[in-house]
Amino acid sequence: MARKVLLIEDEPHIAEAIRFILSRDGWTVASHATGHAALDAVRRERPDALVLDVILPGRGGIELLGDLKDDPALAAIPVLVLSANSRERGRAEAAGADRFIAKPFANDEIVAALREVAGP
Amino acid sequence: MKAPGRPLFLARRSYRRRRLVDAMRLLPLLGLFLFWLPLLWAPATTTEPDTAAGGFYLFTAWAVLIVLAFLLTHRLGDQPQPGDDAEGASGPREDEGGG
Amino acid sequence: MVPFDILVAVCLAYVCILFLVAFVAERRAERGKAGWLRSPIVYTLSLSIYCTAWTFYGAVGYAARSGLEFVTIYLGPTLVLIGWWAFLRKLVRIGQAHRVTSIADLISARYGKSNLLGVVVTLIAVVGATPYIALQLQSVTLSFGVFASGTPEGWALPDQSATALWVAGGLTLFTILFGTRNLDANERHHGVVMAIALEAVVKLVALLAVGIFTVWGLSGGWQGVAERIAASPIAELPLVPGRWMGLTFVSAAAFVTLPRMFQVMVVENSDERHLATASWAFPLYLFLMSLFVLPIAAVGLARMPAGANPDLFVLTLPLAEGQGKLAMLAFLGGFSSATSMVIVAAIALATMVSNHVVTPLWLSLRAGGARAPGDVRGLVLMSRRVSIAGILALGYIYYSLSGGSAALASIGLISFVGVAQILPAMIGGIFWRGATGKGAMAGLLTGFSVWLYSLYLPSFGDSGLISPHILADGPWGIGWLRPHALFGIERLDPLLHALFWSVALNAFGFVAVSLASFPGPVERMQGLAYVNVFDDDPGARAWSRGGAETEDLLTMAQGIIGATEAQAFFEAEARRQGVAGYLPDASPDFINRLERRLAGAVGSATAHAMVAQFAEGAAVSAQDLMAVASEAQQILEYSTQLEAKSEELARTARQLSEANDKLRDLSVQKDAFLSQISHELRTPMTSIRAFSEILMDPELPAQMAAHYAGVIQEEAVRLTRLLDDLLDLSVLENRKVQLSIRAENLHDLIDRALRSASNTRAERVFVIHRDQATEHVPVITDTDRLVQVFINLISNARKYCDAERPELTIAVRRRGARLTVDFIDNGSGIPKKSQSLIFEKFSRLTDTQRAGGAGLGLAICREILVNLGGTIHYLPGQGGAAFRVSLPLRPQSAGATAAGDRETA
Repeated sequence: MARKVLLIEDEPHIAEAIRFILSRDGWTVASHATGHAALDAVRRERPDALVLDVILPGRGGIELLGDLKDDPALAAIPVLVLSANSRERGRAEAAGADRFIAKPFANDEIVAALREVAGP
Repeated sequence: MKAPGRPLFLARRSYRRRRLVDAMRLLPLLGLFLFWLPLLWAPATTTEPDTAAGGFYLFTAWAVLIVLAFLLTHRLGDQPQPGDDAEGASGPREDEGGG
Repeated sequence: MVPFDILVAVCLAYVCILFLVAFVAERRAERGKAGWLRSPIVYTLSLSIYCTAWTFYGAVGYAARSGLEFVTIYLGPTLVLIGWWAFLRKLVRIGQAHRVTSIADLISARYGKSNLLGVVVTLIAVVGATPYIALQLQSVTLSFGVFASGTPEGWALPDQSATALWVAGGLTLFTILFGTRNLDANERHHGVVMAIALEAVVKLVALLAVGIFTVWGLSGGWQGVAERIAASPIAELPLVPGRWMGLTFVSAAAFVTLPRMFQVMVVENSDERHLATASWAFPLYLFLMSLFVLPIAAVGLARMPAGANPDLFVLTLPLAEGQGKLAMLAFLGGFSSATSMVIVAAIALATMVSNHVVTPLWLSLRAGGARAPGDVRGLVLMSRRVSIAGILALGYIYYSLSGGSAALASIGLISFVGVAQILPAMIGGIFWRGATGKGAMAGLLTGFSVWLYSLYLPSFGDSGLISPHILADGPWGIGWLRPHALFGIERLDPLLHALFWSVALNAFGFVAVSLASFPGPVERMQGLAYVNVFDDDPGARAWSRGGAETEDLLTMAQGIIGATEAQAFFEAEARRQGVAGYLPDASPDFINRLERRLAGAVGSATAHAMVAQFAEGAAVSAQDLMAVASEAQQILEYSTQLEAKSEELARTARQLSEANDKLRDLSVQKDAFLSQISHELRTPMTSIRAFSEILMDPELPAQMAAHYAGVIQEEAVRLTRLLDDLLDLSVLENRKVQLSIRAENLHDLIDRALRSASNTRAERVFVIHRDQATEHVPVITDTDRLVQVFINLISNARKYCDAERPELTIAVRRRGARLTVDFIDNGSGIPKKSQSLIFEKFSRLTDTQRAGGAGLGLAICREILVNLGGTIHYLPGQGGAAFRVSLPLRPQSAGATAAGDRETA
């Protein structure tokens, strides 16, 4: 049974690249471009992990992360935060991010990090 | 009351003018002296009739004072004016009211 | 012998001449030709009212009774005049600087304009002058009597009392006619002064004539006179040292304090320099007046029958010797002496009574009533006329009651001692700043009471107001309170006794209370002004008194509350009075409001004093007002300066903090900008790197590899465009851009822009509204840059217009030398709060539809237009996103283009 990962990224090309990378590693990837759509999807689909971009249209990634960690039913889902700005690392970890990955990233980096937080 | 910055030394003319003013201030004292001098003669104690002599003296003294006042006033009128007003207002007076 | 009716006729003729002289003098003065009327000689002669009938007749009597002592009455004034520099000069200067109207005014003004003091001085003056006026009436009546009784026809004077009444009536008429014709601003009476000068000459000539006749006609020269004197009882009359000194003093004091002397010496003085002449000329006049007194007395005593009244020797001696014409001259001399004294005394006293008693009383009685200036003027004139009549009536009543029995000299001396009570307050007032109104009041009341008790009341004799019992044993038998032996000092001449105690206690009370009390503000100001009168510019004159002059009020008010405010206030008042555009009338209402307004600036007391100066003619001089005003202004200016300084400080602090905020903002902006750039660069790079790594996988299907290579290429282009934009922006912002100016048709430019922008979201169908006709406008500018702007705006519309059927309207308009091009779409537009941000770098608003822009488009547009000398605005309220590009049809001057609005960067 393939494990599910939810990707929330507004840049279509980046989302496409990540989807390809994670699928190749055996994940079932669902992707969304906005925070609102993502939260609903998380509640509905209960993914095993989350890959979250910080800068999103509408509700930002950090706020979305706060909402997830406030919800006891969802707080346990491991979250991988992506950002083009390495200075967002502090904010992301404070909000409960399990891992922080700066853009641009190496493809192996993201695969390894996801395995680490979501378990083998 | 003294005006600040009054010069210590004055031109000769100003100096003369100031002394002239001094003389004018002192004139009534001289008058008082002359007019009260007959009191020291104690004429009433003598038998000599002396009202005429006393009168003569008094009128002479009077005339002298008038001449002096005339001379001083005219000398002052010939002198330049500056500076006398401030000095005229300074210092206490003992001699006003004619004693 | 001179028939009585001829005497009366001569008298009337003489009075007519006086009228004529006074009238002519008045007319000349009115026409501004005072000239010689105001010469030092006339001034000196006017001082001769000191020599009254008492001098003219009484001196001889005095000499016959007391020998040389009569001279003291003239020695005192001589000393005062030859010492004019020290005292009279200052008195006259103060009188002129403060427009003093009388001695009561002088004292009252000096001590804080206390009207009560004015009343007390007036009271002393009136009480002291009444017997003196009676004395003049008596002497004229007596001299008439001499002629009447001496006539061989034996006609008797019908009624002595009636004569006195006629004289009093005539004098009243003359005085009113010339003393109160108008309310002269200076209280000067040219006519009266001229008449008095004439009378001075007449009395001097008359006395000299009688003297010459006596010496050379009757005694054979000075030698004979000396022998006559030696042989007469006068020869043995001793000099009494106490009286000699006391009388010298009291005559000197009276010379400056007698109201009539103050009137001619200070009030009527038109030029301070006249004092210089008078300083020797008036002693000379006195000298001449006294020169023949002793001879006439000695010869009279020798030749006249025993029991003849020596007071009338001047008249009776020529008569007895058959010199009718000389006697007539002597009579006119005596008549002149009496009338001139009465006229001036009445004027002086009437001024005091009217200014300090009647007018204040009348005004307080009708308090709150309307007070037109003319009203008060008429009132003052009327009150003066009534006062003159009243004073002469008092003199007449005194004359009737006293029966005309007392010796002339003693009545005169009693008056002298009375008015001498004013001396301490006067001298203290002009030489001692510490003198206070309370002190003056204490001294005046003490001296006046002691004088009344020890000299004035006892002078009425046994039948008088003090019973013989009190005179002998003191009131209630208290010995040390006997009027003539106060505090146990007996064996002193009553006059000297009264003089000593009254003046000593007066001076003591004055000094002691002055030292113990504290003066009010007006008092202190006046004290300073009086004592330091010579420190002021002698040229500066006080404003004319009486009748507030609005212009002067405005000048004063400007000094106090500032020019702008004062003018505004006066303008408002003028409007209120319905005379807008002019100065307001000095109505009581207006003055009240002005006073209240000024009180806000200088306090109510000062404001009252200042306004009172104009409203009622009280005695604070204009100079003082200006001094206070300038002081107030200085304070005002100082505080304004302080205010300005603290404002400046606050402004600087504000600027500093603004600069600080700006710096911080700039720093924040820079950080934000850098992090934005970083983000914008990293985003395409992330895709490029990820797909590059994916492409390295050799097992990747060729189809996918081609697709991913396309993505990489796309992102690389995006990255290049971003870098281009950044570089472009940097060049534009630094105004280093090279413009290539060309002339082109705007229509073609718009076409080109639409073509280029159609690539953006080419799938969307856009309806473009254009008015082709208006677009054919030649523009001379960097057309490539302008097209860049148009492309940007059209692309933005294509990207962000959220309408279902998007439309874009392009409207061109010419406005003078400028051109505007509006781009309006039918989307939902830009929220108000964001409208000010859209032209900033990286301000991407709608995140939903990112089309690869980095948010630099509008910022670049703005910079391009700044470089082209134009502007770009967001137009709110157009039903969608609307931008207006505005630019000149041809380039502005190079400087203007370069200057631009650089601060937007």
